[in-house]
Amino acid sequence: MSEKRLSLSPARFLSARRRHRSAGLVVLLFGLLAVGSAYAAFAPDNAVADNSAQSQQIEEGRKLFAVGCSSCHGLNAEGSTNGEGKFTGPSLIGVGAAAVDFQVGTGRMPATQPGAQIPQKPVVYTQQEIEALAAYIASLAPGPAVPGQESYDVSKATDEQITRGGELFRTNCTACHNFAGRGGALPNGKYAPSLMGVSEKHIYEAMLTGPQQMPVFSDQVMTPQDKRDIIAYVKSLQEQKDPGGFGLGRLGPVSEGLWGWLVGIGLLVCVAVWIGAKGVKAKGAKAE
Amino acid sequence: MSDEKQLPAVRADEEHSQVQVAEPVPDPGIEPHEYRITDIDPKAADRVERQVSTMFVLAGLLALGSCVAYFAIPRDSTLVFGPLTGNANNMVIGLCLGLALFLIGAGAIQWAKKLMVDEEISEDRHPAHSSPEQIADITEAFKQGAAESGFGRRKLIRRGLITGLALLGLPTIVLLRDLGPLPGRSLFHTIWAKGIRVVNDVTARPIKPSDMVVGQLVNAIPANLPELQEQNATAYQNARAKAAVIVVRIRPSEIQTPPGRENWGIDGILCYSKICTHVGCPISLYEQTTHHMLCPCHQSTFDLADGAKVVFGPAARPLPQLPLAVDSEGFLVAQSDFHEPVGPSFFERG
Repeated sequence: MSEKRLSLSPARFLSARRRHRSAGLVVLLFGLLAVGSAYAAFAPDNAVADNSAQSQQIEEGRKLFAVGCSSCHGLNAEGSTNGEGKFTGPSLIGVGAAAVDFQVGTGRMPATQPGAQIPQKPVVYTQQEIEALAAYIASLAPGPAVPGQESYDVSKATDEQITRGGELFRTNCTACHNFAGRGGALPNGKYAPSLMGVSEKHIYEAMLTGPQQMPVFSDQVMTPQDKRDIIAYVKSLQEQKDPGGFGLGRLGPVSEGLWGWLVGIGLLVCVAVWIGAKGVKAKGAKAE
Repeated sequence: MSDEKQLPAVRADEEHSQVQVAEPVPDPGIEPHEYRITDIDPKAADRVERQVSTMFVLAGLLALGSCVAYFAIPRDSTLVFGPLTGNANNMVIGLCLGLALFLIGAGAIQWAKKLMVDEEISEDRHPAHSSPEQIADITEAFKQGAAESGFGRRKLIRRGLITGLALLGLPTIVLLRDLGPLPGRSLFHTIWAKGIRVVNDVTARPIKPSDMVVGQLVNAIPANLPELQEQNATAYQNARAKAAVIVVRIRPSEIQTPPGRENWGIDGILCYSKICTHVGCPISLYEQTTHHMLCPCHQSTFDLADGAKVVFGPAARPLPQLPLAVDSEGFLVAQSDFHEPVGPSFFERG
């Protein structure tokens, strides 16, 4: 080897000899160090912080889930069945943050017991905990996210939009929720809840995720503008006064008929009895 | 015939002459008259008089009050009283007028009950049958009129009159034609046809299969329906009543496809007629976890995952299914019209 090297020209020999054996490694290390420190100096460092905060939130959600939800939904939200093969809790993989925000934010979850219908209750978790749970479920698989304020803000809804929302509502919602949004019965102990007092966000999330028996109305088929119009209409129903006095549950002919039949006809019968009754008689007396 | 034999053979004029029929229950007559306090006590009578006149005057004041309320209470003011809310203007006017009318009536009845004469009287019923003399008189007058008019003698007039009256009956029969025309084959088909897009009701937006998620419900119409609305309102309503559909997406593993319908759905997207096969109510009450469609009218329930077969209620047939396909732009279209008539049974359907 050396003989071969010696045969090379003196200049080339010298330059080869000048380079230290570990020079390449040093240059590589230096280059990496330079790029790394330059990136650290110039790159926004909050991305790193965000990521850790998010994973912290997911971790917090996972812990809350393990305590409050896993008995029905399974330790990894895969759902679980009872001994007879019936679902005690459905799988939550892919339901998205919006479903969690609706179910927990309206107090339906955590459920006290599985049943035909999980009723609305006072909310158990704080908003921060709900967000953590939602982040955990959203981290399992992609699903609908919690809608932003701008997607359900109907404070500037025009009359035209409310009218259009009414048309959409009567086509898609009244079958279960009643034409005045007062809810209605479904088979086997289930029911469609009343929409009175439900917030804009929760109405949007319900349409987006289809909780319990409700079908899904995805954003692609029923666009966010359609949903906003529907929410604006429901809000107008919520704020509507009863110009005729009693609303009687807005159930239409059933409650109005009952009122007319019992109270109206009842009063008429009382008056008829009074008209037909004989007054007090003076027994045995004679007119003067 | 046997009934007639059992009946006593009594002729009409005999019955009329037999006024004295033994009563099954003896006539108790009018009960003895009892006097009211107002009849014997002038002070009580005066009191009632004051009562009645107070009611009448109060009614007048309330009527005036309703006029005052009409002008005095602003139209948009609201009255809230417990669960009762309402337009104050309307409600006060209504209450004043209602009470005024009630007081007029109540005063009149109080007057009649307490002060007007209340002696009991009775009046016997007249026999319903005319006397033989009257019947004879009328028969005689009729015969005389017939003879004097010459109805029997002037045959030309008689025949003309009979012809005219007979023909007058014709228009009533001809007008019955407006109950028709018969529907012909129109009940057997809808405006769905090959390649017609399935679009959202109200917004008329076309649907891509990828837009629909599992559990989705879309109330849909054929894309050629909205244009019909501008052309002919009646045809539009008729077409809409038959062509309305519902599109759902069900997890394919949960679907039991009836034989021959293997290619009617797209990845679990199924389309069915929205018109109940019982009496034709539009149905869209859908439970996504059970895939049941419930008719609000008579609770007929259809399992959409199982060819929309009837699982409960009075409907006799499953909801007709619309075969779906995807067009070149990726939107849902119909493969053809429904393969059977939609909606309730009718005579010619068999």
